[in-house]
Amino acid sequence: MARSNHGLMSWIDARFPLTETWEKHVSKYFTPNNFNIWYYFGSLALLVLVIQFVSGVFLTMNYKPSAQEAFGSIEYIMRDVEWGWLIRYMHSTGASAFFVVVYVHMFRGLMYGSFKAPRELIWIIGMLIYLTLMAEAFMGYLLPWGQMSYWGAQVIVNLFGTIPVIGPELALWIRGDYVVSDATLNRFFALHVTLIPLVLIALVIAHIAALHKVGSNNPEGVEFKKDKNQDVVPAGSVPFHPYYTVKDTFGAVAFLLVFCAVMFFAPELGGYFLERENFVPADPLATPEHIAPLWYFTPFYSILRAVPNPFMGVVAMGTAVLILFFLPWIDRNPIKSVRYRSPLHKLNLLIFAVAFIVLGYLGTEPARPLLAELAARFSNIYFLFFAVLWVHSSPRSAAFKIGWFITLLIAVVLFDLVLRYSEETASLMFTALLIPVAYLAVMLLLPLFTRLGQDKPVPEQLSAAVV
Amino acid sequence: MWTRLVTALALFAATPVATAIESGSHVEDFEIYLNNEASLQRGAKYFVNHCLSCHSARYMRYSRLAEDLGLTADQVEKNLIFTGQKIGETMTNAMRSEDAKRWFGNAPPDLTLVARSRGVDWLYSYLRSFYLDPARPFGVNNLVYPNVNMPHVLAQLQGGQRPVYEDDDRGGEEKVIDHLELVQPGLMTSEEYDRMVRDLVTFMAYMAEPARLARLRVGMWVMLFLIVLLVLSYLLKKEYWKDVH
Repeated sequence: MARSNHGLMSWIDARFPLTETWEKHVSKYFTPNNFNIWYYFGSLALLVLVIQFVSGVFLTMNYKPSAQEAFGSIEYIMRDVEWGWLIRYMHSTGASAFFVVVYVHMFRGLMYGSFKAPRELIWIIGMLIYLTLMAEAFMGYLLPWGQMSYWGAQVIVNLFGTIPVIGPELALWIRGDYVVSDATLNRFFALHVTLIPLVLIALVIAHIAALHKVGSNNPEGVEFKKDKNQDVVPAGSVPFHPYYTVKDTFGAVAFLLVFCAVMFFAPELGGYFLERENFVPADPLATPEHIAPLWYFTPFYSILRAVPNPFMGVVAMGTAVLILFFLPWIDRNPIKSVRYRSPLHKLNLLIFAVAFIVLGYLGTEPARPLLAELAARFSNIYFLFFAVLWVHSSPRSAAFKIGWFITLLIAVVLFDLVLRYSEETASLMFTALLIPVAYLAVMLLLPLFTRLGQDKPVPEQLSAAVV
Repeated sequence: MWTRLVTALALFAATPVATAIESGSHVEDFEIYLNNEASLQRGAKYFVNHCLSCHSARYMRYSRLAEDLGLTADQVEKNLIFTGQKIGETMTNAMRSEDAKRWFGNAPPDLTLVARSRGVDWLYSYLRSFYLDPARPFGVNNLVYPNVNMPHVLAQLQGGQRPVYEDDDRGGEEKVIDHLELVQPGLMTSEEYDRMVRDLVTFMAYMAEPARLARLRVGMWVMLFLIVLLVLSYLLKKEYWKDVH
């Protein structure tokens, strides 16, 4: 530890590990020197968290959590509070920005294998952050007390009601009433501004603590060699400060440019960030024609709607989220970075991202037969992705791949026949079956005839030459 | 790095000023110009004269209106407040919702935010799409809001329109309206009426978000500042990283 000549600093350091902490986590925290654009999104998530906290505090000063006054108090903020419109748009844009940033951050982890050993706990804590964020966003969305706030909450709380035996009681316990009401609004407000943010901060600290224990992964997926002497900068790394503090500052400004473009020039973003219907006060007697959650929940909402049986739909949706927790044990391929993985693995990741976006879009649309069928098929792909990821974990025999191709195909057809079959849509259903069949054929059968399934050799260690 | 900047600019350029709408076949596009103060003032006049007796605008304050539309408190009190309210109050009316329900079937909705919930395209089209229909209680129906309970309060100005049906040889019971045709002239020519509706909808767009002009103005400065900051922070990053390869 460097000795400080400064009187005050040494006085503090004798009583509090200030210099020690600064060096351990910032100025002598060695970070790979080859981060690319995807690596900005962790620090950006932290930036959005701060934006949400600051704007949230000012909103809380003027917001009234009661069914009578909530909608009006938002308009009061928009009109009569000094800069109130800015605070409100900052918070509403920030909510969506949070999910944009977190989704990109998660996909980065998927691409470069950041969830693999020894970083499994970072990934799991990150998933807990994501779940907490979902709860925070869901409860926050009720607070403006518009039509979509109200009916969105009604629909989502009713999902809990589909659980056998305890469901109805559970939904009642969450709402505190037989319908979403003043009591619900009040408790959602309490949770939104106290308990959940506290949990969120605690988890973020744990996420970073776990990261600093093992160090960052990087786009090569190869670790640099740490020196025993803490003052030597290892080859292929740089101290976090000043290198990544200045780099992340640039990233933050670039992000703010996009953020402010939305906040100032399109705060509704065509109805995706602020829904049209939400400018109508909540009316328990008038159900809107088409209820959809906000865009960041719609991929999972699509999966929910893809299964006609409500409870099985909830199970599918829950599984879709929870399966991500197990990623470190699903993708067991020792190669971390997508750069050294097979062309098929790259394609698989791309298809997964596309499927997620398509599901997100379909979730915002009314469930017309064709769109509903597409949603079901892309839900298939969402789940099949994980199975394929596991099969691609190591070199497998031809018989193994054919075996899994047949097994997964049977699973899809069984899912169709048991849970979704109806005579009216049968022909559409079997035509659309081509989508998962084609996906599985490319992922599992193509490597039998080509070399597309072969991974590449990985360099031994991160050299200084890697940029 | 630059991809994000490009994304920002693309997003900025592609953002429509008027909010998008799921346009029915009879909804026309409508551009608003909130910088047109005279249009806003005329719109405010039409709004208090024709809308405010049944509808309210309970989140809109008269004093804010005066400030934003370049009017003095005196002018607003003399010309725009007919309800005996004070300048600091919001634009409410005296109609009780129980009465309204009895008279119209349902209470006329508050109009403060209707330009945001329905969209300006819809409002502009709706106000021009009333047509004579003896089957309805008030003798009028509407193309973009079929079987609406609202009477055509502007009928005296617009006159009466008659539906012209699509030609079809099938001769079925259900006829599809192609467009409307003026059959009883009102006090205004159809150009004058359209201009009036344009003023009215422009005012309602302002009323739905009074901060809109401030938002766009402040936004330009913030963007300029951030662009300068982006360049500076990039140069700083480059300076620090020049030794790292």
